[in-house]
Amino acid sequence: MRITIGSLEYTRTLQNMTTTPLRPPKFTDHLDLLESHAIFILREVAAECERPVLLFSGGKDSAVLLHLATKAFAPQQLPFPVMHIDTGQNFPEVLAFRDATVAATNARLVVAKVQDTIDQGKVVDPGLLGSRNRLQTVTLLDAINDNGFDAAFGGARRDEDKARAKERILSFRDTFGQWDPRQQRPELWQLYQGKVNPGEHVRAFPLSDWTELDIWQYIEREQMALPTIYFAHERDVVMRDGMWLGVGPFVEPRVDEQVEHRSVRFRTVGDANCTGAVLSSASTLRAIIDEVTLANVSERGATRADDKFSETAMEDRKREGYF
Amino acid sequence: MHVATKDLLRLATIGSVDDGKSTLIGRLLVDTRQLFDDQLDAVVAASEKRGVGDLDLSFVTDGLRAEREQGITIDVAYRYATTPTRKFIIADCPGHVQYTSNMATGASTADLALVVLDVASGLKEQTRRHLCIAALLGVRSIVVAVNKMDAVDWSQLAFQRVVDEIETLSRELGFTSVDIIPVSALLGDNVVGSSTNIPWYDGPSVLESLEASEAGAWEHATTRGARLPIQWVLRQPGGGRTYAGMVCGDTLRVGDAVTLLPANIQTTIAAINFGGEAIDEATVGLAADVDLAAETNAGRGDMIATAPLPKVVNELATTICWFGERPLVVGQRLRMKHTTKVTPVRVKNINGVIDIEKLDIDDSHSLSTNDIGLATLQTADLMVVDDYRTNRVTGSFVLIDEATNATVAAGMVGHASFL
Repeated sequence: MRITIGSLEYTRTLQNMTTTPLRPPKFTDHLDLLESHAIFILREVAAECERPVLLFSGGKDSAVLLHLATKAFAPQQLPFPVMHIDTGQNFPEVLAFRDATVAATNARLVVAKVQDTIDQGKVVDPGLLGSRNRLQTVTLLDAINDNGFDAAFGGARRDEDKARAKERILSFRDTFGQWDPRQQRPELWQLYQGKVNPGEHVRAFPLSDWTELDIWQYIEREQMALPTIYFAHERDVVMRDGMWLGVGPFVEPRVDEQVEHRSVRFRTVGDANCTGAVLSSASTLRAIIDEVTLANVSERGATRADDKFSETAMEDRKREGYF
Repeated sequence: MHVATKDLLRLATIGSVDDGKSTLIGRLLVDTRQLFDDQLDAVVAASEKRGVGDLDLSFVTDGLRAEREQGITIDVAYRYATTPTRKFIIADCPGHVQYTSNMATGASTADLALVVLDVASGLKEQTRRHLCIAALLGVRSIVVAVNKMDAVDWSQLAFQRVVDEIETLSRELGFTSVDIIPVSALLGDNVVGSSTNIPWYDGPSVLESLEASEAGAWEHATTRGARLPIQWVLRQPGGGRTYAGMVCGDTLRVGDAVTLLPANIQTTIAAINFGGEAIDEATVGLAADVDLAAETNAGRGDMIATAPLPKVVNELATTICWFGERPLVVGQRLRMKHTTKVTPVRVKNINGVIDIEKLDIDDSHSLSTNDIGLATLQTADLMVVDDYRTNRVTGSFVLIDEATNATVAAGMVGHASFL
């Protein structure tokens, strides 16, 4: 196997720091360790749980997760299906990537649609331009219930948000899908135990210890494909609430907003109407890694309107059963 | 001894409540510029909102609403830092006795413990408990931040009193590397850079000490024999099978003579793969899959091992950290998860509880919540184990409540030498 010496590239420049001289790693570097740890978790949950599912949004984190799952069970096919919670407000490039990637792995794709949840009258339609971000929790929990899934792999990382920083790698959910941050199961060593009673489930986060930079370095190392919107491209955008939103079917310019044509890319992929673009000329993985290394603003801070509602927006959504 | 450097250090903060663990980690992250602007802005805003001054550094890691309201840490926060030579995974653990299981969660995978204590109060019982648990969990290196030096006028005398206490306890608990550093997490003295307020101290800062310490100690604490606990059986094209699992203890190479346990079948490693590609050797921590020369019906829960071989037993002398709400008593039935094997167990004997102050064993016959004690367990299946002191993977287990599936204990095979 290839051993990459990633450490020398892996810098955020620090001041006032002494450094110990680095011997060439005889064993493995941090990406190798993170990769094996994630593969180990995928296999443990697949072995212990009856009906796992891998949540796949088409974003970079879930793409890495699916890639790792393929490696974990090679040369066999995945022993679980892949599920997309479809809000109906997707970037078309991401849907195309989803279908191509899932087809390449031969996995079974389950699509659960927020529109169906709306049509069943379980939640209220916020309209074409309103956010369906919070509604997808209902769709997700229904799909988990209806399919009898007892474990759901997600690509969430602990460096994304302060509530995620608190969550176990295997996170227990009660029959209502709720996360109780005050009653988490102790998680000792690498002894992940995912047994649940009927109706309960676990969320498993194999990428918990990865940072945004780790993800990008791994994508470069593995030469993975990604949706094109992650790379710099020209797009009509409007500035709204401090974020650049791409003009399209889910974002119509308001009267006081000026449409500009800029070179942008997306640092995260969520719904088209609440995911902001960043001004960027980074059109290659190498350029993106350089950009991420020097970034002053976190990826969710830069690009997610859904996290800006309150101090504990993520904790509140997670308690309800969000990803 | 030469140990290859890896660039990933896992550390856990330990110590009593209010001695400043979260503030120290906040200071470390802020002063090394690990925080993004919007994250720092959010901490400033939260500090103002709760009327705790301009910048409450503990809010960097105390991210739950209840934690900010109460000003305490309830569960472990994981934070990440990078320097030119290392990636750090920092587990900021809670100090309260009622959250001891969360502290153990954070410390169980740590290469190093960053101990934080208040210079004015010295070694509190809870700090001793955490140090004792860290030592039991096999942590060998500690960096001790003697905090709140600003509150005692940077007194060398006050610092020295605490140093003497720590040195005595560290000797008893068997830590092999102990750095003791006078700091002010609040003001930043000796956290990243040096301190002009403490001219009498010329040792490393906390960051310098963390950078100089041995990374990968968690994996490399295990040096006797390679082991591969089988997680999953992979079917290969053409009808063969390979056995997938994470290698621990030592490197496993193609051609190695191995024994499949507990069946006790001797064979050799015919091939090793990673991610579907053939490789020559699997180093410790690699999630590989191996092909055995002999035909076997091995499955999940079995173990492939090189000499010296682990023991095959159905009765275990163990050290238990009990987290259950009701006491652990003799005769109790539980489920054990050890490596990739789950089996019913019965408590045969409880042989005493550790007295944290005296570091000896009393004659109790039950364990209350957060007690650490010695117990003999009978297992329904044959178990393949090493002593925890020689292998942290094959020597560790958790106990699970059969009704709720909750994890109620952390267990280690054998007894720590200081007991």
